[in-house]
Formats: sequence, structure tokens, C-alpha cells
Amino acid sequence: MQQLVMGIEGSKSQNGGTAASAIEVKNLRKSFGKIEVLKGINFDVERGKLLALLGPNGAGKTTIVRILATLLQPDSGTVRVLGHDVVREADEVRQRVSLTGQFASVDDELSGRENIILVARLLGYSWGEAKTRANELLEAFGLTEAAERLVKNYSGGMRRRLDIAASIVVAPDILFLDEPTSGLDPRSRRQVWDIVRTLLASGTTVLLTTQYLEEADQLADRIVIIDRGAVIADGTIGELKTSLGSGALHIRLRNPEQRPQAEQIVAQTLGVSVLLESDPAALSAKLSDTELAANTLTALTRAGIAVTDFSLGQPSLDEVFLALTGEPIETEQEQTS
Amino acid sequence: MSATPTTFNDNVVLKPVDNRTLHTALSTRRRPPRPSALDASLTLAWRAMLKIKHVPMQLFDVTMFPIMMTLMFTFLFGGALAGSVGEYLHFLLPGIFVMTVTMISMYTAMALNNDITKGIFDRFRSLPFWRPAVIVGALLGDTVRYTVASVVVIVLGLILGFRPDGGIVGVLLSFVLVLVFAFSLSWIWTMIGLLMKTPESVMMVSSIASFPLSFASNVFVDPSTMPTWLQTIVYLNPITHAVTATRGLMHGTATAEQIITSLISCAVLVAIFAPITMYLYRNKNTH
Repeated sequence: MQQLVMGIEGSKSQNGGTAASAIEVKNLRKSFGKIEVLKGINFDVERGKLLALLGPNGAGKTTIVRILATLLQPDSGTVRVLGHDVVREADEVRQRVSLTGQFASVDDELSGRENIILVARLLGYSWGEAKTRANELLEAFGLTEAAERLVKNYSGGMRRRLDIAASIVVAPDILFLDEPTSGLDPRSRRQVWDIVRTLLASGTTVLLTTQYLEEADQLADRIVIIDRGAVIADGTIGELKTSLGSGALHIRLRNPEQRPQAEQIVAQTLGVSVLLESDPAALSAKLSDTELAANTLTALTRAGIAVTDFSLGQPSLDEVFLALTGEPIETEQEQTS
Repeated sequence: MSATPTTFNDNVVLKPVDNRTLHTALSTRRRPPRPSALDASLTLAWRAMLKIKHVPMQLFDVTMFPIMMTLMFTFLFGGALAGSVGEYLHFLLPGIFVMTVTMISMYTAMALNNDITKGIFDRFRSLPFWRPAVIVGALLGDTVRYTVASVVVIVLGLILGFRPDGGIVGVLLSFVLVLVFAFSLSWIWTMIGLLMKTPESVMMVSSIASFPLSFASNVFVDPSTMPTWLQTIVYLNPITHAVTATRGLMHGTATAEQIITSLISCAVLVAIFAPITMYLYRNKNTH
């Protein structure tokens, strides 16, 4: 599979640890037992930018983040965070980064306020400073009213906010967000995005993992797509999109039984292969020319196929994968256990 | 500060994120100096105590267990083993005291394992504080449990007719000794807590380990009637030395040798199991 155009040659340093790169990953490998989870990963993250690691479950995203955050040791390769080696200078790295894990790293049995005070104390704040900082952060994250409640009674959105708040008690130079919006409703998701934008505006470098292209699209300066432990694409949003054509056509049928027929018609009209989605009534296709969309709708109507939803959209992660690997995403369980 | 059973609804309670406040909160990049080992341990002890404060029901079995054990053994075996219930209580109570604390010390391992299976463990490991504080702090926090259980045992004993010749000073000193012992023994449990995958398996393995530890000792009977090989085991069991010293302190007959021996066995426990626990802790990969 061809690697997408990369624009990082210019910013890549010759001797490592320059001012430009916040994170440098070179030929990173990691196995758990006999399973090779990372098969030689390379990418760089520029200071003050947001890089999205995009990929399905089990692609190795969490493993990469855990290595970057010094929670896991790499088997081979060099990983430098702000110029410091994650293995030999783990303490240096730990002082400058912060991780918000996929599983909320807050204490269920404490209140929101107690959670922040706990982290602040463990960072070295005095009790008084810790309380002040907790109040400040709870206020900023809209959690003041819920501050005294136990976290186990928090909703998913609140828990995420608290988790991020705990990660920035000391504003880190780099923040790792491992699937920060998985399991959140659309509203809470947009709120997390707002938080991430504010973090970026304040100069924090962010590395975010996600399964949603839309999320990467909304936030990222650069996207690295990971599949089965390997980088299959690395580029800016613009570069990725250009490579995938102008967009995608999403069609939903009233009668799922007509899908094979619809598939044929769409394929003929657009001249591309059609992706059958997991929803039995839905299909989608890559679209190079938006004018062809109208023709498709006409052809479907003429064939007597009732369409309930017909939309032009961005390519979904499924489509990106289809385009890059020639096969749909194979979802498997995270193998980082 | 009681827990509400309902989950919050974002749309009702949650205010939008205040971007300006957030920006201000982020603008201070001051990093405080690393907390001292003591500070970190005390903070984590505070955390353990907050949990008891939020869910006081946790103290229920800490209370019930010693009551059951004392009553059961005193009245079941008292007459048969020592001729009378009163006589046996005199012998048994210091032993039950040590055994209760032994059982309770297994909580630390459960709590530690719980932290690992949830995400908070990752948070702790990514913060730059003295790493043993996670365990030392939890052990310090457990002092609350030990105190509750100890008071229950002593008060129940007094009600049943236990009269320690060592007086208040003897009882207090034996409490201190038992705390030191529990702290030392806990390192075995924390090791198990790190080795096992779930809190349930931690409970199972610790229980299995704690039974021979408790019974192959001088808690319930004088080991002089046991076969020689068992006497050797009993003598090697750290619980035996803790019980001997506790009994001596409570009855006012403790010798320096008894106390030193029990402290040495505590030191041996820490010397062996604390490094193993910390090694496992450092190298633990979660998920």
C-alpha cells in the first residue's frame, strides 16, 4: 500500500531533540508475548500542534501512547519526548507530560474535588495550594456544582472532564488523550473538543488517539493512520482528503432487501466499488465528482428503490481504510493486555 | 456526605466549560517541587481514609469479624482447652487480637488490586512522587481499620471478663506492636495483590495463605503439645512471635527478648517482601 505524501521532511531534525519536534518516534517495535503489536512505527509531532493517531481497535494506538507516557517500555526503536528518551530519561519525560487514559483514571470512590486535590498533592502542592487549584479547575470545567459528589455518580461526560482536569493540574507541555470521546454522546463530545482547542490555544502539544475521522478532522493538524501495528498514512487533513477524492456518498434505503440491487446501480453510475455498511439498509461509495450524486439518485428512483437518506459527506474511517488497505476495518479487541 | 444513588444527567447539572477560566488555569505553568516521601504517603493515607468516610459500611466486617472469632473460640473451646472459659479468654484474647489484624491487613491488597484494574494506577505511575508511597500510604490509611478492630476486641474482652495485668500501658504498647506487625505482614498481601489479576483472586489466595498462618501458630493453643515438625513451623511463623510479645505486654510479663524477636521477624518480612512488591509495582503492565 502506498504511503501518503509526507510533508515532514523539512521539520525533521538531523540529530534528534530539536526545538521543532515535541515527539519523535523512530522504528518503534513492541510485542506482547508472540503477538507483535507495533511493527516499526515512525512519526513526529511538532510543538504546539495536535497529532491524531487514527485507527481501529487493536491497531496499537493505546500501546504507542503508553510507551510515550513511560508506562510501558518499547522493545526497540527510539522514542524521544521533548528531546528526552522515554526509557533512559523517564523521569524527565514524566514531569512534562500528562496522560488521560481510555479508562478514566480518576478514583470512583472519591468526590470530584478530592480527586483533584489528591493529584495536586502528589505533584507537590501544599494542602492550601491544592485546594485553590482544585477550585480553579472545577470552575473552569463547569464541575463546581458536582464537586462534592462521588465520581461513581458522575455521567460519562463529567467523568471525562474531571479526568482531563486532573491531567492539567500542572499544565503539561504535552498532553496524551487516549480516545477522549469514546462512549460520549455527541454533545459531550463537542464539549471535549472545545476543551482540547483551548488546550492547544494555550500552547500545549496534544497527541490524541481516536477511531473517528470526524474527530481528527475537527482537531488535528496532522493525522497518522495506524492499522495492525503499522503506519499506513501520515499527512495533513488536506493531503489525506485529496488522496481520497472529494468525499463520500451515503445512502440509506427504506427496504434493506433492495441493497444488492442498489449496490449494482451505484457502482455502475459512479464507476467505483461500493461499501456495504454494517447497517443492512446502508451503503456508501467514494465520490470523485459531486455531479454524479444527482445521477445516482435519479437512477435509484427510476429502478423503484425508495431512499430514506441520501447525503454527501466526508469519507468515513471505513472508507479511508478501504481506500488505503483495500479492505474494510477489521475490528478486534485491543491486544495490549 | 452520603452517596446519591442516581447518576447525573449532563443536560441538567453540567455547565458548559468556561474557556476563559480554563485558559487562565492553563496559563500558570509553575511546577511545584516533588513532594517528599512522607508528604506523598500521608496524602495517599488521606485518600484511604476518605474512602472509609464515604462508605462507612466497610467497617462493618472489621467490627463483626473479631466479635465472631472471640465469642466462637472462647465459648466453643474455652472449657475443653483450658478448663474454663475465663482461663481460655486470658490466653486467647491477645492471639485473637493479632489474628484479627492479620485478616484485616488483607484489605490493603484488595484495594491495591482494585486500583490496578481501574485506571487510577496509571495516573499514580505517571506522577513524579516516591513510588512506595502508594503502598505505604494505603497501609497508613488502614490504621483506622486496625484501631476500630482493636477497640472492638479489647472492649469485648473486658466485657467477657478479660483483665490484662499489663494495664492500660501494656494494652497500648501491644496495640503499637500489632500495628508494626500488620504493616510488615501487609507486604506479603500487596505482593499477592500485584500478582493476581482480579480482586476476587486476591481475596482467595490471601485467605488460603492466611489460614495456615493463623492456625499453625500459638494463637489458639500452646504449641508444646504439637509434634516437633509442627513446632518448628510454628516457631518460624511470624504470627507466633507477634502473639508471644502481645501476650507478654498485655499480661505485663513481656521480656525484652520476646519483643526484640517479634520486631526482628517484622523486619525480616519487610526485608523480603517490600523489595519484591516494589519490583512488581515498577514493572507492572496494566490492561
